Amino acid sequence: MKTKLQNNIAITVIRVIAALVVLILAFLLGDILISGIPHISWHFLTAASQSFTSGGGIGVQLFNSIYLLLLTLIISFPISLGAGIFLSEYAPKNIFTATVRMAIEVLSSLPSVVVGLFGFLLFVVQMDMGFSILSGAIALTFFNLPLLTRNIEESLRAVPDLQREAGLSLGLSKWKTVTKVILPEALPGIVTGVVLGAGRVFGEAAALIYTAGQSATNINFGNWNPFNSTSPLNLMRPAETLAVHIWKINSEGVMPDAAAVSAGSSAVLIIAVLIFNFSARVIGNQLYRKLTATK
Amino acid sequence: MEEFITTKDIHLYYGKKEALKGINLSFPAKGINALIGPSGCGKSTYLRTLNRMNDLIPSVTMTGSIMINGQDIYSPKMDTVDLRKKVGMVFQQPNPFPFSIYENVTYGLRIAGIKDKQLLDERVEQSLKQAAVWDEVKDDLHKSALSLSGGQQQRVCIARVLAVQPDVILLDEPTSALDPVSSGLIEDMLLTIRDNYTIIIVTHNLQQASRISDRTAFFLNGELIEEGKTKSVFLNPKRQETDDYISGRFG
Repeated sequence: MKTKLQNNIAITVIRVIAALVVLILAFLLGDILISGIPHISWHFLTAASQSFTSGGGIGVQLFNSIYLLLLTLIISFPISLGAGIFLSEYAPKNIFTATVRMAIEVLSSLPSVVVGLFGFLLFVVQMDMGFSILSGAIALTFFNLPLLTRNIEESLRAVPDLQREAGLSLGLSKWKTVTKVILPEALPGIVTGVVLGAGRVFGEAAALIYTAGQSATNINFGNWNPFNSTSPLNLMRPAETLAVHIWKINSEGVMPDAAAVSAGSSAVLIIAVLIFNFSARVIGNQLYRKLTATK
Repeated sequence: MEEFITTKDIHLYYGKKEALKGINLSFPAKGINALIGPSGCGKSTYLRTLNRMNDLIPSVTMTGSIMINGQDIYSPKMDTVDLRKKVGMVFQQPNPFPFSIYENVTYGLRIAGIKDKQLLDERVEQSLKQAAVWDEVKDDLHKSALSLSGGQQQRVCIARVLAVQPDVILLDEPTSALDPVSSGLIEDMLLTIRDNYTIIIVTHNLQQASRISDRTAFFLNGELIEEGKTKSVFLNPKRQETDDYISGRFG
Protein backbone atom coordinates (compact mmCIF):
# COMPACT_ATOMS: atom_id res chain seq x y z
CA MET A 1 0.00 0.00 0.00
CA LYS A 2 2.80 2.33 0.92
CA THR A 3 4.71 1.81 -2.34
CA LYS A 4 1.55 2.40 -4.32
CA LEU A 5 0.98 5.68 -2.51
CA GLN A 6 4.56 6.74 -3.14
CA ASN A 7 4.15 5.90 -6.78
CA ASN A 8 1.00 7.96 -7.08
CA ILE A 9 2.57 10.94 -5.36
CA ALA A 10 5.61 10.79 -7.62
CA ILE A 11 3.49 10.57 -10.77
CA THR A 12 1.32 13.48 -9.64
CA VAL A 13 4.35 15.65 -8.90
CA ILE A 14 5.88 14.88 -12.29
CA ARG A 15 2.61 15.66 -14.05
CA VAL A 16 2.29 18.98 -12.25
CA ILE A 17 5.84 19.93 -13.23
CA ALA A 18 5.22 18.99 -16.85
CA ALA A 19 1.98 20.97 -16.89
CA LEU A 20 3.83 23.94 -15.38
CA VAL A 21 6.35 23.92 -18.23
CA VAL A 22 3.59 23.88 -20.82
CA LEU A 23 1.70 26.61 -18.96
CA ILE A 24 4.73 28.91 -18.82
CA LEU A 25 5.29 28.47 -22.55
CA ALA A 26 1.61 29.00 -23.33
CA PHE A 27 1.53 32.11 -21.15
CA LEU A 28 4.64 33.57 -22.80
CA LEU A 29 3.52 32.83 -26.35
CA GLY A 30 -0.05 33.92 -25.61
CA ASP A 31 1.03 37.21 -24.09
CA ILE A 32 3.40 38.07 -26.94
CA LEU A 33 0.99 37.03 -29.66
CA ILE A 34 -2.10 38.68 -28.13
CA SER A 35 -0.38 42.00 -27.59
CA GLY A 36 1.55 41.85 -30.89
CA ILE A 37 -0.75 40.46 -33.55
CA PRO A 38 -3.14 43.46 -33.63
CA HIS A 39 -0.21 45.62 -34.76
CA ILE A 40 0.76 43.38 -37.62
CA SER A 41 -0.39 44.58 -41.01
CA TRP A 42 0.97 44.46 -44.52
CA HIS A 43 2.15 48.04 -44.06
CA PHE A 44 3.94 47.08 -40.80
CA LEU A 45 5.69 44.13 -42.45
CA THR A 46 6.90 46.05 -45.47
CA ALA A 47 7.39 49.72 -44.52
CA ALA A 48 10.70 51.19 -43.43
CA SER A 49 11.14 51.89 -39.72
CA GLN A 50 10.83 55.40 -38.28
CA SER A 51 13.10 56.78 -35.60
CA PHE A 52 11.09 59.73 -34.35
CA THR A 53 7.58 59.48 -35.77
CA SER A 54 4.94 56.84 -35.45
CA GLY A 55 3.75 54.55 -38.22
CA GLY A 56 7.09 52.87 -38.92
CA GLY A 57 7.33 49.26 -40.06
CA ILE A 58 9.91 46.48 -39.97
CA GLY A 59 10.31 45.74 -43.68
CA VAL A 60 14.05 46.35 -43.80
CA GLN A 61 14.71 44.48 -40.55
CA LEU A 62 12.72 41.50 -41.71
CA PHE A 63 14.64 41.38 -44.98
CA ASN A 64 17.94 41.78 -43.12
CA SER A 65 17.12 38.90 -40.79
CA ILE A 66 16.32 36.57 -43.67
CA TYR A 67 19.30 37.66 -45.76
CA LEU A 68 21.66 37.28 -42.81
CA LEU A 69 20.25 33.86 -42.07
CA LEU A 70 20.78 32.71 -45.66
CA LEU A 71 24.35 34.00 -45.70
CA THR A 72 25.08 32.32 -42.39
CA LEU A 73 23.79 29.01 -43.70
CA ILE A 74 25.75 29.36 -46.94
CA ILE A 75 28.95 29.84 -44.94
CA SER A 76 28.35 27.43 -42.08
CA PHE A 77 26.65 24.49 -43.79
CA PRO A 78 29.54 23.34 -46.01
CA ILE A 79 32.04 23.71 -43.18
CA SER A 80 29.95 21.79 -40.69
CA LEU A 81 29.07 19.16 -43.28
CA GLY A 82 32.76 18.50 -43.86
CA ALA A 83 33.53 18.53 -40.15
CA GLY A 84 30.56 16.29 -39.37
CA ILE A 85 31.51 13.74 -42.03
CA PHE A 86 35.10 13.74 -40.83
CA LEU A 87 34.17 13.25 -37.19
CA SER A 88 31.59 10.56 -37.85
CA GLU A 89 33.19 8.54 -40.64
CA TYR A 90 36.92 9.16 -40.78
CA ALA A 91 38.26 10.51 -37.50
CA PRO A 92 40.53 8.01 -35.77
CA LYS A 93 40.50 7.95 -31.99
CA ASN A 94 43.50 10.12 -31.20
CA ILE A 95 44.50 13.37 -29.59
CA PHE A 96 43.75 15.41 -32.69
CA THR A 97 40.16 14.18 -32.89
CA ALA A 98 39.69 14.69 -29.16
CA THR A 99 40.96 18.26 -29.55
CA VAL A 100 38.55 18.95 -32.40
CA ARG A 101 35.65 17.63 -30.35
CA MET A 102 36.75 19.66 -27.35
CA ALA A 103 36.99 22.81 -29.49
CA ILE A 104 33.46 22.25 -30.77
CA GLU A 105 32.18 21.83 -27.21
CA VAL A 106 33.85 25.04 -26.09
CA LEU A 107 32.67 26.95 -29.14
CA SER A 108 29.09 25.84 -28.56
CA SER A 109 29.13 27.01 -24.96
CA LEU A 110 30.52 30.49 -25.67
CA PRO A 111 27.98 33.16 -24.68
CA SER A 112 26.71 34.83 -27.85
CA VAL A 113 27.55 38.29 -26.58
CA VAL A 114 31.18 37.21 -26.31
CA VAL A 115 31.08 35.92 -29.87
CA GLY A 116 29.62 39.30 -30.87
CA LEU A 117 32.34 41.26 -29.12
CA PHE A 118 35.02 39.03 -30.61
CA GLY A 119 33.51 39.60 -34.05
CA PHE A 120 33.45 43.32 -33.36
CA LEU A 121 37.15 43.43 -32.45
CA LEU A 122 38.37 41.13 -35.19
CA PHE A 123 36.16 41.76 -38.21
CA VAL A 124 34.63 45.17 -37.62
CA VAL A 125 37.70 46.92 -36.20
CA GLN A 126 40.82 44.91 -37.00
CA MET A 127 39.90 43.76 -40.50
CA ASP A 128 38.10 47.01 -41.18
CA MET A 129 34.90 45.41 -42.40
CA GLY A 130 32.80 47.88 -40.41
CA PHE A 131 29.32 47.13 -39.10
CA SER A 132 28.22 44.99 -41.97
CA ILE A 133 26.11 42.04 -42.99
CA LEU A 134 29.30 40.12 -43.69
CA SER A 135 30.67 40.70 -40.17
CA GLY A 136 27.31 39.64 -38.77
CA ALA A 137 27.13 36.51 -40.92
CA ILE A 138 30.61 35.41 -39.83
CA ALA A 139 29.78 36.00 -36.16
CA LEU A 140 26.59 33.98 -36.57
CA THR A 141 28.60 31.25 -38.29
CA PHE A 142 30.73 30.91 -35.15
CA PHE A 143 27.54 30.65 -33.22
CA ASN A 144 25.90 28.14 -35.55
CA LEU A 145 28.90 26.01 -36.55
CA PRO A 146 29.30 23.84 -33.44
CA LEU A 147 25.61 23.02 -33.19
CA LEU A 148 25.33 22.20 -36.86
CA THR A 149 28.50 20.09 -36.83
CA ARG A 150 27.29 18.10 -33.87
CA ASN A 151 23.89 17.62 -35.46
CA ILE A 152 25.38 16.37 -38.73
CA GLU A 153 27.79 14.07 -36.93
CA GLU A 154 24.99 12.56 -34.86
CA SER A 155 22.67 12.15 -37.83
CA LEU A 156 25.42 10.27 -39.69
CA ARG A 157 26.22 8.13 -36.67
CA ALA A 158 22.58 7.15 -36.35
CA VAL A 159 22.81 5.28 -39.68
CA PRO A 160 23.44 1.61 -38.79
CA ASP A 161 26.87 0.14 -39.56
CA LEU A 162 25.14 -2.56 -41.59
CA GLN A 163 24.56 0.07 -44.27
CA ARG A 164 28.26 0.95 -44.36
CA GLU A 165 29.10 -2.74 -44.71
CA ALA A 166 26.48 -3.09 -47.43
CA GLY A 167 28.03 -0.24 -49.39
CA LEU A 168 31.62 -1.36 -48.97
CA SER A 169 30.86 -5.01 -49.67
CA LEU A 170 29.24 -3.91 -52.91
CA GLY A 171 32.50 -2.47 -54.13
CA LEU A 172 31.76 1.14 -53.29
CA SER A 173 34.72 3.14 -52.06
CA LYS A 174 34.52 4.54 -48.57
CA TRP A 175 33.85 8.04 -49.94
CA LYS A 176 31.10 6.80 -52.25
CA THR A 177 29.58 4.82 -49.40
CA VAL A 178 29.51 7.96 -47.27
CA THR A 179 28.17 10.31 -49.92
CA LYS A 180 25.81 7.99 -51.77
CA VAL A 181 24.48 5.77 -49.00
CA ILE A 182 25.09 7.19 -45.55
CA LEU A 183 24.52 10.87 -46.31
CA PRO A 184 21.17 10.41 -48.09
CA GLU A 185 19.99 8.24 -45.21
CA ALA A 186 21.02 10.87 -42.69
CA LEU A 187 19.50 13.71 -44.71
CA PRO A 188 16.18 13.98 -42.83
CA GLY A 189 18.01 14.38 -39.52
CA ILE A 190 20.45 16.85 -41.02
CA VAL A 191 17.71 18.99 -42.56
CA THR A 192 15.77 19.03 -39.30
CA GLY A 193 18.89 20.19 -37.49
CA VAL A 194 19.64 22.89 -40.06
CA VAL A 195 16.13 24.32 -39.88
CA LEU A 196 16.06 24.25 -36.06
CA GLY A 197 19.44 25.97 -36.04
CA ALA A 198 18.07 28.51 -38.50
CA GLY A 199 15.33 29.34 -36.00
CA ARG A 200 17.93 30.02 -33.32
CA VAL A 201 20.04 32.14 -35.64
CA PHE A 202 16.97 34.07 -36.76
CA GLY A 203 16.21 35.14 -33.20
CA GLU A 204 19.81 35.90 -32.21
CA ALA A 205 20.49 39.49 -31.13
CA ALA A 206 23.52 39.69 -28.85
CA ALA A 207 26.03 38.42 -31.41
CA LEU A 208 24.77 40.92 -33.99
CA ILE A 209 24.58 44.16 -32.03
CA TYR A 210 28.31 44.77 -32.43
CA THR A 211 28.79 43.10 -35.79
CA ALA A 212 25.90 43.66 -38.18
CA GLY A 213 25.15 46.90 -36.35
CA GLN A 214 22.06 48.63 -35.05
CA SER A 215 21.09 50.82 -37.94
CA ALA A 216 18.78 49.99 -40.78
CA THR A 217 20.01 52.15 -43.60
CA ASN A 218 17.47 52.84 -46.24
CA ILE A 219 17.76 50.28 -48.94
CA ASN A 220 16.26 50.44 -52.36
CA PHE A 221 14.45 47.23 -53.27
CA GLY A 222 14.63 48.20 -56.92
CA ASN A 223 18.41 47.97 -56.97
CA TRP A 224 19.80 44.44 -56.95
CA ASN A 225 23.40 45.22 -57.81
CA PRO A 226 25.26 43.79 -54.78
CA PHE A 227 28.10 46.31 -55.16
CA ASN A 228 25.83 49.31 -54.77
CA SER A 229 25.55 50.54 -51.19
CA THR A 230 21.78 50.94 -51.28
CA SER A 231 21.22 47.48 -52.73
CA PRO A 232 19.51 44.96 -50.45
CA LEU A 233 22.20 42.44 -51.40
CA ASN A 234 25.15 44.65 -50.49
CA LEU A 235 27.33 42.73 -48.03
CA MET A 236 29.10 45.71 -46.54
CA ARG A 237 26.10 47.74 -45.39
CA PRO A 238 25.10 47.80 -41.74
CA ALA A 239 22.01 45.73 -41.15
CA GLU A 240 19.80 45.80 -38.13
CA THR A 241 17.85 42.57 -37.79
CA LEU A 242 14.44 42.05 -36.28
CA ALA A 243 15.79 40.78 -32.96
CA VAL A 244 18.25 43.65 -32.69
CA HIS A 245 15.45 46.06 -33.59
CA ILE A 246 13.37 44.83 -30.67
CA TRP A 247 16.30 45.24 -28.31
CA LYS A 248 17.00 48.74 -29.61
CA ILE A 249 13.42 49.99 -29.44
CA ASN A 250 13.16 48.88 -25.86
CA SER A 251 16.46 50.37 -24.77
CA GLU A 252 16.48 53.67 -26.63
CA GLY A 253 13.40 53.93 -28.86
CA VAL A 254 11.92 57.44 -28.92
CA MET A 255 9.16 57.01 -31.48
CA PRO A 256 5.70 57.61 -29.99
CA ASP A 257 4.46 54.13 -30.91
CA ALA A 258 7.58 52.30 -29.61
CA ALA A 259 5.59 49.91 -27.44
CA ALA A 260 3.35 48.91 -30.34
CA VAL A 261 6.25 48.44 -32.77
CA SER A 262 8.08 46.36 -30.18
CA ALA A 263 5.05 44.18 -29.53
CA GLY A 264 4.39 43.70 -33.23
CA SER A 265 8.03 42.88 -33.96
CA SER A 266 8.17 40.39 -31.12
CA ALA A 267 5.07 38.65 -32.42
CA VAL A 268 6.55 38.45 -35.93
CA LEU A 269 9.80 37.06 -34.53
CA ILE A 270 8.02 34.46 -32.43
CA ILE A 271 5.82 33.41 -35.34
CA ALA A 272 8.88 33.07 -37.57
CA VAL A 273 10.69 30.91 -35.01
CA LEU A 274 7.58 28.76 -34.54
CA ILE A 275 7.35 28.32 -38.29
CA PHE A 276 10.97 27.16 -38.34
CA ASN A 277 10.34 24.67 -35.56
CA PHE A 278 7.23 23.18 -37.08
CA SER A 279 8.59 23.09 -40.60
CA ALA A 280 11.72 21.34 -39.30
CA ARG A 281 9.53 18.47 -38.19
CA VAL A 282 7.39 18.44 -41.28
CA ILE A 283 10.28 18.65 -43.73
CA GLY A 284 12.27 16.01 -41.83
CA ASN A 285 9.35 13.58 -41.82
CA GLN A 286 8.50 14.26 -45.45
CA LEU A 287 12.08 13.72 -46.57
CA TYR A 288 12.32 10.51 -44.60
CA ARG A 289 9.14 9.24 -46.15
CA LYS A 290 10.21 10.27 -49.60
CA LEU A 291 13.63 8.66 -49.27
CA THR A 292 12.43 5.44 -47.75
CA ALA A 293 9.03 5.44 -49.46
CA THR A 294 7.47 4.16 -46.25
CA LYS A 295 3.99 5.20 -45.33
CA MET B 1 40.24 -30.19 -57.20
CA GLU B 2 41.13 -27.02 -59.07
CA GLU B 3 41.55 -24.34 -56.45
CA PHE B 4 39.94 -20.97 -57.11
CA ILE B 5 40.40 -19.65 -53.58
CA THR B 6 43.39 -20.77 -51.54
CA THR B 7 43.95 -19.61 -48.00
CA LYS B 8 47.19 -20.52 -46.26
CA ASP B 9 47.97 -20.41 -42.57
CA ILE B 10 45.51 -17.65 -41.64
CA HIS B 11 46.05 -16.32 -38.15
CA LEU B 12 43.76 -13.51 -37.07
CA TYR B 13 43.78 -11.59 -33.82
CA TYR B 14 41.22 -9.28 -32.26
CA GLY B 15 43.66 -7.27 -30.18
CA LYS B 16 45.52 -10.10 -28.38
CA LYS B 17 42.79 -12.70 -28.70
CA GLU B 18 43.54 -15.23 -31.41
CA ALA B 19 40.33 -15.85 -33.34
CA LEU B 20 41.75 -17.91 -36.22
CA LYS B 21 44.59 -20.30 -35.47
CA GLY B 22 46.18 -21.13 -38.76
CA ILE B 23 43.49 -21.97 -41.28
CA ASN B 24 44.44 -23.80 -44.49
CA LEU B 25 41.42 -24.11 -46.71
CA SER B 26 40.66 -24.06 -50.43
CA PHE B 27 37.55 -23.76 -52.56
CA PRO B 28 36.87 -24.85 -56.15
CA ALA B 29 35.72 -22.38 -58.80
CA LYS B 30 32.05 -23.33 -58.81
CA GLY B 31 29.64 -24.75 -56.28
CA ILE B 32 28.38 -24.23 -52.76
CA ASN B 33 30.72 -24.49 -49.78
CA ALA B 34 29.33 -24.50 -46.25
CA LEU B 35 31.22 -23.34 -43.16
CA ILE B 36 29.74 -24.85 -40.01
CA GLY B 37 30.58 -24.81 -36.34
CA PRO B 38 29.31 -23.48 -33.01
CA SER B 39 29.03 -19.75 -32.22
CA GLY B 40 32.36 -18.03 -31.77
CA CYS B 41 34.31 -20.71 -33.65
CA GLY B 42 35.66 -18.18 -36.15
CA LYS B 43 33.71 -19.15 -39.27
CA SER B 44 32.23 -15.69 -39.80
CA THR B 45 35.57 -14.07 -39.08
CA TYR B 46 37.17 -16.36 -41.63
CA LEU B 47 34.48 -15.51 -44.20
CA ARG B 48 35.14 -11.82 -43.71
CA THR B 49 38.84 -12.23 -44.46
CA LEU B 50 37.89 -13.25 -48.01
CA ASN B 51 36.64 -9.78 -48.97
CA ARG B 52 38.75 -7.95 -46.41
CA MET B 53 35.80 -6.72 -44.39
CA ASN B 54 37.89 -7.25 -41.26
CA ASP B 55 40.03 -4.34 -42.44
CA LEU B 56 37.29 -2.09 -41.10
CA ILE B 57 37.94 -3.17 -37.51
CA PRO B 58 40.99 -1.26 -36.27
CA SER B 59 42.11 -3.83 -33.65
CA VAL B 60 42.34 -6.72 -36.12
CA THR B 61 45.71 -8.06 -37.26
CA MET B 62 46.12 -10.92 -39.68
CA THR B 63 48.89 -13.08 -41.10
CA GLY B 64 48.86 -15.70 -43.83
CA SER B 65 48.00 -15.51 -47.51
CA ILE B 66 44.76 -15.59 -49.46
CA MET B 67 44.82 -16.11 -53.22
CA ILE B 68 41.66 -15.65 -55.24
CA ASN B 69 41.89 -16.55 -58.92
CA GLY B 70 45.66 -16.36 -58.71
CA GLN B 71 45.73 -12.94 -57.07
CA ASP B 72 47.05 -12.25 -53.58
CA ILE B 73 44.19 -10.20 -52.15
CA TYR B 74 46.27 -8.93 -49.24
CA SER B 75 49.08 -7.66 -51.42
CA PRO B 76 49.63 -3.90 -51.11
CA LYS B 77 48.73 -3.52 -54.78
CA MET B 78 45.25 -4.97 -54.25
CA ASP B 79 42.45 -2.42 -54.45
CA THR B 80 39.76 -3.41 -51.93
CA VAL B 81 37.11 -1.71 -54.06
CA ASP B 82 37.97 -3.97 -57.02
CA LEU B 83 38.20 -6.97 -54.74
CA ARG B 84 34.73 -6.41 -53.33
CA LYS B 85 33.26 -6.11 -56.80
CA LYS B 86 34.58 -9.61 -57.48
CA VAL B 87 33.71 -10.97 -54.04
CA GLY B 88 30.17 -10.00 -53.05
CA MET B 89 28.70 -10.43 -49.61
CA VAL B 90 25.25 -11.05 -48.12
CA PHE B 91 24.78 -10.42 -44.41
CA GLN B 92 22.78 -12.05 -41.63
CA GLN B 93 20.37 -9.14 -41.30
CA PRO B 94 18.84 -8.05 -44.60
CA ASN B 95 20.36 -4.59 -45.16
CA PRO B 96 18.79 -3.02 -48.23
CA PHE B 97 19.45 0.67 -48.73
CA PRO B 98 16.38 2.72 -47.85
CA PHE B 99 15.74 3.45 -51.52
CA SER B 100 13.57 1.79 -54.12
CA ILE B 101 14.03 -1.85 -55.13
CA TYR B 102 15.25 -0.76 -58.55
CA GLU B 103 17.81 1.62 -57.07
CA ASN B 104 19.00 -1.03 -54.63
CA VAL B 105 19.77 -3.48 -57.39
CA THR B 106 21.37 -0.92 -59.71
CA TYR B 107 23.36 0.83 -57.00
CA GLY B 108 26.63 -0.96 -57.52
CA LEU B 109 26.38 -0.57 -61.29
CA ARG B 110 25.44 3.08 -61.27
CA ILE B 111 28.25 3.93 -58.88
CA ALA B 112 30.57 2.06 -61.24
CA GLY B 113 29.46 4.54 -63.92
CA ILE B 114 26.95 2.53 -65.95
CA LYS B 115 24.23 4.88 -67.17
CA ASP B 116 22.67 2.93 -70.03
CA LYS B 117 19.04 2.66 -68.96
CA GLN B 118 18.38 -0.41 -71.08
CA LEU B 119 21.36 -2.28 -69.67
CA LEU B 120 20.34 -1.34 -66.12
CA ASP B 121 16.77 -2.52 -66.72
CA GLU B 122 18.02 -5.80 -68.13
CA ARG B 123 20.40 -6.35 -65.26
CA VAL B 124 17.67 -5.59 -62.71
CA GLU B 125 15.30 -8.11 -64.24
CA GLN B 126 18.01 -10.73 -64.64
CA SER B 127 19.33 -10.32 -61.09
CA LEU B 128 15.91 -10.28 -59.46
CA LYS B 129 14.96 -13.38 -61.45
CA GLN B 130 18.14 -15.14 -60.39
CA ALA B 131 17.42 -14.19 -56.81
CA ALA B 132 13.90 -15.66 -57.16
CA VAL B 133 12.14 -12.49 -56.14
CA TRP B 134 11.23 -11.03 -59.56
CA ASP B 135 7.65 -12.31 -59.65
CA GLU B 136 6.92 -10.79 -56.27
CA VAL B 137 8.31 -7.32 -56.93
CA LYS B 138 8.19 -6.77 -60.70
CA ASP B 139 5.10 -4.57 -60.48
CA ASP B 140 6.48 -2.22 -57.87
CA LEU B 141 10.16 -1.90 -58.59
CA HIS B 142 9.98 1.73 -57.53
CA LYS B 143 8.59 0.99 -54.11
CA SER B 144 10.91 1.22 -51.14
CA ALA B 145 12.90 -1.93 -50.48
CA LEU B 146 12.11 -1.38 -46.81
CA SER B 147 8.42 -2.03 -47.47
CA LEU B 148 9.20 -5.67 -48.35
CA SER B 149 9.14 -8.60 -45.95
CA GLY B 150 12.41 -9.75 -44.40
CA GLY B 151 12.72 -12.69 -46.78
CA GLN B 152 12.07 -10.51 -49.82
CA GLN B 153 14.55 -7.93 -48.56
CA GLN B 154 17.20 -10.60 -48.23
CA ARG B 155 16.58 -11.81 -51.78
CA VAL B 156 16.78 -8.21 -53.04
CA CYS B 157 20.12 -7.94 -51.21
CA ILE B 158 21.26 -11.08 -53.03
CA ALA B 159 20.07 -9.59 -56.33
CA ARG B 160 22.04 -6.46 -55.49
CA VAL B 161 25.17 -8.60 -55.20
CA LEU B 162 24.40 -10.61 -58.35
CA ALA B 163 23.89 -7.43 -60.38
CA VAL B 164 27.57 -6.49 -60.18
CA GLN B 165 28.42 -9.98 -61.48
CA PRO B 166 30.96 -11.14 -58.90
CA ASP B 167 32.93 -14.40 -59.11
CA VAL B 168 32.46 -15.23 -55.45
CA ILE B 169 29.44 -14.76 -53.19
CA LEU B 170 29.94 -14.85 -49.44
CA LEU B 171 26.82 -15.42 -47.34
CA ASP B 172 27.03 -14.89 -43.60
CA GLU B 173 24.11 -16.85 -42.09
CA PRO B 174 21.78 -15.39 -44.73
CA THR B 175 18.66 -17.24 -43.57
CA SER B 176 19.02 -17.21 -39.79
CA ALA B 177 16.78 -14.14 -39.44
CA LEU B 178 14.15 -15.53 -41.80
CA ASP B 179 11.15 -17.84 -41.59
CA PRO B 180 11.43 -21.42 -42.95
CA VAL B 181 9.54 -20.63 -46.19
CA SER B 182 11.81 -17.72 -47.05
CA SER B 183 14.84 -19.79 -46.08
CA GLY B 184 13.66 -22.54 -48.43
CA LEU B 185 13.30 -20.05 -51.30
CA ILE B 186 16.83 -18.80 -50.75
CA GLU B 187 18.20 -22.34 -50.60
CA ASP B 188 16.47 -23.25 -53.88
CA MET B 189 17.78 -20.06 -55.40
CA LEU B 190 21.36 -20.86 -54.34
CA LEU B 191 21.03 -24.30 -55.92
CA THR B 192 20.03 -22.74 -59.25
CA ILE B 193 23.05 -20.45 -59.37
CA ARG B 194 25.61 -22.90 -57.95
CA ASP B 195 27.11 -23.62 -61.37
CA ASN B 196 27.99 -20.00 -62.04
CA TYR B 197 29.56 -18.80 -58.81
CA THR B 198 31.85 -19.78 -55.98
CA ILE B 199 29.39 -19.67 -53.11
CA ILE B 200 30.60 -19.78 -49.53
CA ILE B 201 27.89 -19.87 -46.89
CA VAL B 202 28.25 -19.70 -43.13
CA THR B 203 25.37 -21.48 -41.47
CA HIS B 204 24.23 -22.65 -38.07
CA ASN B 205 21.70 -24.86 -39.70
CA LEU B 206 23.26 -28.29 -40.26
CA GLN B 207 20.35 -29.51 -42.36
CA GLN B 208 20.81 -26.52 -44.58
CA ALA B 209 24.49 -27.31 -45.01
CA SER B 210 23.78 -30.93 -45.82
CA ARG B 211 20.92 -30.07 -48.20
CA ILE B 212 22.64 -27.54 -50.41
CA SER B 213 26.41 -27.64 -50.09
CA ASP B 214 28.92 -29.56 -52.20
CA ARG B 215 31.71 -29.19 -49.67
CA THR B 216 31.66 -28.55 -45.94
CA ALA B 217 34.28 -27.20 -43.54
CA PHE B 218 33.87 -27.60 -39.79
CA PHE B 219 35.38 -24.95 -37.51
CA LEU B 220 35.90 -25.22 -33.77
CA ASN B 221 37.59 -22.70 -31.46
CA GLY B 222 39.35 -20.91 -34.28
CA GLU B 223 40.64 -24.08 -35.89
CA LEU B 224 39.61 -25.94 -38.99
CA ILE B 225 38.80 -29.43 -37.76
CA GLU B 226 37.69 -31.14 -40.92
CA GLU B 227 36.96 -30.31 -44.53
CA GLY B 228 35.76 -32.30 -47.51
CA LYS B 229 32.82 -33.35 -49.65
CA THR B 230 29.64 -32.63 -47.70
CA LYS B 231 28.47 -36.23 -47.96
CA SER B 232 31.62 -37.65 -46.45
CA VAL B 233 31.85 -35.02 -43.72
CA PHE B 234 28.29 -35.73 -42.64
CA LEU B 235 28.22 -39.51 -43.14
CA ASN B 236 31.78 -40.52 -42.38
CA PRO B 237 33.42 -37.81 -40.33
CA LYS B 238 37.09 -38.51 -39.76
CA ARG B 239 37.37 -36.64 -36.50
CA GLN B 240 35.55 -37.29 -33.25
CA GLU B 241 34.74 -33.55 -32.76
CA THR B 242 32.99 -33.42 -36.12
CA ASP B 243 30.97 -36.49 -35.31
CA ASP B 244 29.97 -35.04 -31.92
CA TYR B 245 28.90 -31.73 -33.44
CA ILE B 246 27.00 -33.21 -36.35
CA SER B 247 25.15 -35.69 -34.19
CA GLY B 248 24.18 -32.91 -31.78
CA ARG B 249 26.23 -33.96 -28.76
CA PHE B 250 27.36 -30.32 -28.33
CA GLY B 251 27.08 -26.89 -29.99
